[in-house]
Amino acid sequence: MEQDVNIKITDRDGVTHEVLAPTDMAMNLMEVIRSYELAPEGTIGICGGMAMCASCQCYVNTNHNLPEMQDDEEAMLSEAFNVKDNSRLGCQIQITLGMEGLEIELAPES
Amino acid sequence: MIKTDILIIGAGPTGLFTVFEAGLLKLKCHLIDALPQPGGQCSEIYPKKPIYDIPAYPEILAGDLTNKLLEQCKQFEPGFTLGERAETIEKQEDESFIVTTNKGTKHQAPVVAIAGGLGSFEPRKPLIHNIANFEDKGVEYIIKDPEIYRDKRVVIAGGGDSALDWSIFLSDIASEVTLIHRRNEFRGHLDSVEKVQELKNQGKINLITPAEVTGIVGDRHVNAVVVSQAEHIEKEFELECDHFIPLFGLSPKLGPIANWGLEIEKNAIKVNNALDYQTNIPGIFAIGDVNTYPGKLKLILCGFHEATLMCQAAYQIINPGKRYVLKYTTVSGIDGFDGTRKEAPKAVVKAIE
Repeated sequence: MEQDVNIKITDRDGVTHEVLAPTDMAMNLMEVIRSYELAPEGTIGICGGMAMCASCQCYVNTNHNLPEMQDDEEAMLSEAFNVKDNSRLGCQIQITLGMEGLEIELAPES
Repeated sequence: MIKTDILIIGAGPTGLFTVFEAGLLKLKCHLIDALPQPGGQCSEIYPKKPIYDIPAYPEILAGDLTNKLLEQCKQFEPGFTLGERAETIEKQEDESFIVTTNKGTKHQAPVVAIAGGLGSFEPRKPLIHNIANFEDKGVEYIIKDPEIYRDKRVVIAGGGDSALDWSIFLSDIASEVTLIHRRNEFRGHLDSVEKVQELKNQGKINLITPAEVTGIVGDRHVNAVVVSQAEHIEKEFELECDHFIPLFGLSPKLGPIANWGLEIEKNAIKVNNALDYQTNIPGIFAIGDVNTYPGKLKLILCGFHEATLMCQAAYQIINPGKRYVLKYTTVSGIDGFDGTRKEAPKAVVKAIE
């Protein structure tokens, strides 16, 4: 569908999945991962998407223009483990049309 | 041995509301929770965040919801075993269960209701290669008894409320408190941040930011931590101390419940949702976020419903064959186990002359 974008998500076992993510359902990246069950329930989105647990940390491997990091996301990442320069919290990234071709990788569970 | 009618594992909203519904059926409850306070996620992760889908509350803070649930079930005098994790369950000859915690506290009940949410909260451990060797030998992830730090040199790592609050608290007890965080900014309440600033200015807290503990030095006990500091030029140095306390929050793990012989699917316990939310083991129920069935939604309000139906089934197990009809609290009032009674005021009958 027109309002869907293609995203490549590499799960915690290293398997890459090509998924269609809707842009009209107010979904974020964490919710897309959950809706495709790419990480077991209870290991992602634990706080529900409030940037308070870092269980949806992912590495962004393409140069897409993503929404700027807010203070709470930055603060949470500063306390998370396995953080890299391209780390983001999936729950803070709303899916938009500009994300066509985005490639991300889930950070290890901690 | 603590004896009760319904043993509830998990003191979150679903567990607390179970106390109320069970109380209406004259069943007593006792709750076990790994956290030191009731409320589950609502008090541990987001007490100051609003919830908008509790019926009749257009908006309520998660912490307030916990307080209201405690107030609502108070007259049914629930017992609490807090700060302990339910570890093992053993079925007895009389069909009752004995649940033992990690600290050896034993509880016996004919009905067990698992209201464990996403599991018990375990501290998140930093990725330091040799940290496991020093656990309980100077490395503590949770502060249980602040007195052990008296006149000791303490290093705390973390950037949230618990790191700030414990740094403040221990600055009066320990001989030396060092707070290490990866950033200059902290994520705590403003007054905690300001208090740490004040104590830093007074020289009572030694602040090292942006920095990270990357190693632990010691023979049988912590002697020092290795600190990597990233300001201007990267440098690494050893900081002598007696205790290292990493405070990086808690994350829920299903934990020992997973080994109780219950049918598990997607990190949740399968239940019979057509009837009573019983698990594959008769007498053990699972309610709230911890269970799963076709169409399951992890919502607090769904947990309340599940708790209510589960209590009816528990009543049948505890009082086999005994007659019961549903009563409305408005009609019957509430008789607390503490002798209190709540009831609707009587209608006023007065003649008009």
